[in-house]
Amino acid sequence: MKFLVCISLVPDTTTKISFVDNDTKFNNDKVQWILNPYDEWYALVRALELKEANGGTVTVINVGPAANDQVIRKALAIGADDAIRVDGADDLDSFGVATNIAAVAKDGGYDIILLGKETISYNGSNIGGMLAELLDQPFVSLATKLEVSGNTATASREIEGGKETLEVNTPFVLSAAKGMAEQRIPNMKGIMSAKSKPLKVVPAVSAPAYTSVVKYELPPAKAAVKLVSPDNVEELVTLLHNEAKAI
Amino acid sequence: MSVLFLVESVNGQVKKNSFEAASYASKVAAQLGTEAIGVALGTVENSALAELGEYGATKVLHVTDASLDAFDSGVYASVVAQVAQSAGANVVVISQTSLGKAVAPRLSVKLQAGVVPGAVALPDTSNGFVVKKGAFSGKAFAYVKVDTDVKIVGLVPNAFGAIKGSGAATVENATANIPASGVKVLEVSRATGDTLPLPEAELVVSAGRGMKGPENWGIIEDLANVLGATTACSRPVADVGWRPHHEHVGQTGVAIRPDLYIAIGISGAIQHLAGVNQSKVIVVINKDPEAPFFKAADYGIVGDAFEVVPKLTEALKKFKAAQ
Ligand SMILES: Cc1cc2nc3c(=O)[nH]c(=O)nc-3n(C[C@H](O)[C@H](O)[C@H](O)COP(=O)(O)OP(=O)(O)OC[C@H]3O[C@@H](n4cnc5c(N)ncnc54)[C@H](O)[C@@H]3O)c2cc1C
Ligand SMILES: Nc1ncnc2c1ncn2[C@@H]1O[C@H](COP(=O)(O)O)[C@@H](O)[C@H]1O
Repeated sequence: MKFLVCISLVPDTTTKISFVDNDTKFNNDKVQWILNPYDEWYALVRALELKEANGGTVTVINVGPAANDQVIRKALAIGADDAIRVDGADDLDSFGVATNIAAVAKDGGYDIILLGKETISYNGSNIGGMLAELLDQPFVSLATKLEVSGNTATASREIEGGKETLEVNTPFVLSAAKGMAEQRIPNMKGIMSAKSKPLKVVPAVSAPAYTSVVKYELPPAKAAVKLVSPDNVEELVTLLHNEAKAI
Repeated sequence: MSVLFLVESVNGQVKKNSFEAASYASKVAAQLGTEAIGVALGTVENSALAELGEYGATKVLHVTDASLDAFDSGVYASVVAQVAQSAGANVVVISQTSLGKAVAPRLSVKLQAGVVPGAVALPDTSNGFVVKKGAFSGKAFAYVKVDTDVKIVGLVPNAFGAIKGSGAATVENATANIPASGVKVLEVSRATGDTLPLPEAELVVSAGRGMKGPENWGIIEDLANVLGATTACSRPVADVGWRPHHEHVGQTGVAIRPDLYIAIGISGAIQHLAGVNQSKVIVVINKDPEAPFFKAADYGIVGDAFEVVPKLTEALKKFKAAQ
């Protein structure tokens, strides 16, 4: 079975977010880039587990510049067999990224394409659905579980206050959420072998931009906390009712 | 020209976020000088659909085919696209629920329409179509310009609010070609109970590792019960299985923006805050006055949760009784 895992790079979760150029660009000065947690912990690891159980290959794909290679190699260190990086298109919107992944996937014969449920930078939850539509495949979103037997898969997905279980035939696209797998820390052998695993660079295809970010903004600073004595919780109730109007 | 919004239903009843979507769509429609039209799929009571008129919808187009009771993103996107085209929609509003998040991007490709996922405010239409959305997991906002003829807005539940007025929507049956489903839904299970699921909840009581163990969650649930609040938790608590995964809020869990978020025994790590700092009011109960969460809080109590929480529950009971 052939798996394709879409991996994105995001600022480390502890990053203090700031902007430059009149708040039109993310300030990437001193930012440490990591694999998007949903892509790494859930999509990639589940693909590896299924490959280990049933055989096959796991390819990771990233649409981004050469500077990404070092982080892409981390996915190889965790266990992916090879990587593809789509080069030469900066500042793509979701549709541009999806179009480029679709262009690679179209003739790749992948049985299951996995993504993270969203990037922790753009919070789009966009690319999986777009990719599925571009490839005319079923889309299982926000999946917390995936079992495969032959060309049939059973998956669970998060729905508000519960879960849905469904059956789907390959090929299909799936976005992975928490519950799917456990994070894997690459070991020394993985890190060493990652250096010699293939990382193929392919040129980007052009795609119209549907959207563009025109400005960023930080949330307004919070006023100082109002402390209430633990012996006077009634005061908190009064404040929540009269002042905050929250209850 | 029209502003279309997707109506979601559960067991034939319209979901709360759809009333909000109706309110939002009708405000956008007013900005553009047109009307807000709902599109409902599958089995839904007509009287429930007519109620959307109270939130500003003029009409609801109902594709009644019962096969639409089972969800498939491909089928839904196809049906919504057909209705959008026949209704001449130039804006489509979709709540960012588990369903909406799967439909909006597919619809985007079908209609060649840019989508803004995670919208938190009305579009600015003074110069094009620019929508404010959450970015960097609650740490910032981005203003996204949509450059296509048709625009899709993915609205964050509870970001805008349902605004009730008067009026009734006419409900019309609509037809669409329904393609074969790409998936077979085997089972849908929803927790029973009357509290709202997390993303939609207006009141949330959340607890962390400070609770010491799952056996101590009784006081958390009691507090949630008096408030009619939904319970949530920090990531380590879900990781070790003290609480179910779907309660995990934060950067790598559910991002929420309730009217009130009460955090008990949670330190307030940056990854936790990212998912909750859009809450309208934050109350922190923590025994450590240096806990970082206090910096993000509106109200705080420095104290032992095991003493403070039961007292707060009692005080709220008295308050509720006096209402
Ligand atoms: C990549 C990444 C992603 C992450 N994503 C998330 C996420 O989405 N959500 C999330 O929550 N975390 C996330 N984390 C983890 C996060 O960094 C913190 O470790 C976690 O939020 C801490 O959980 P906690 O506050 O429950 O526990 P702790 O940090 O251990 O805090 C417990 C708190 O309880 C207080 N306390 C103890 N006893 C009492 C008492 N009797 N009464 C009152 N207070 C008491 C303590 O003073 C302390 O402040 C992530 C981490 C990483 C690296
Ligand atoms: N530049 C990229 N290259 C490859 N995959 C990506 C890229 N950006 C996003 N993805 C994938 O798409 C998922 C959803 O991203 P988003 O729609 O931006 O929230 C991510 O979790 C990744 O799996």
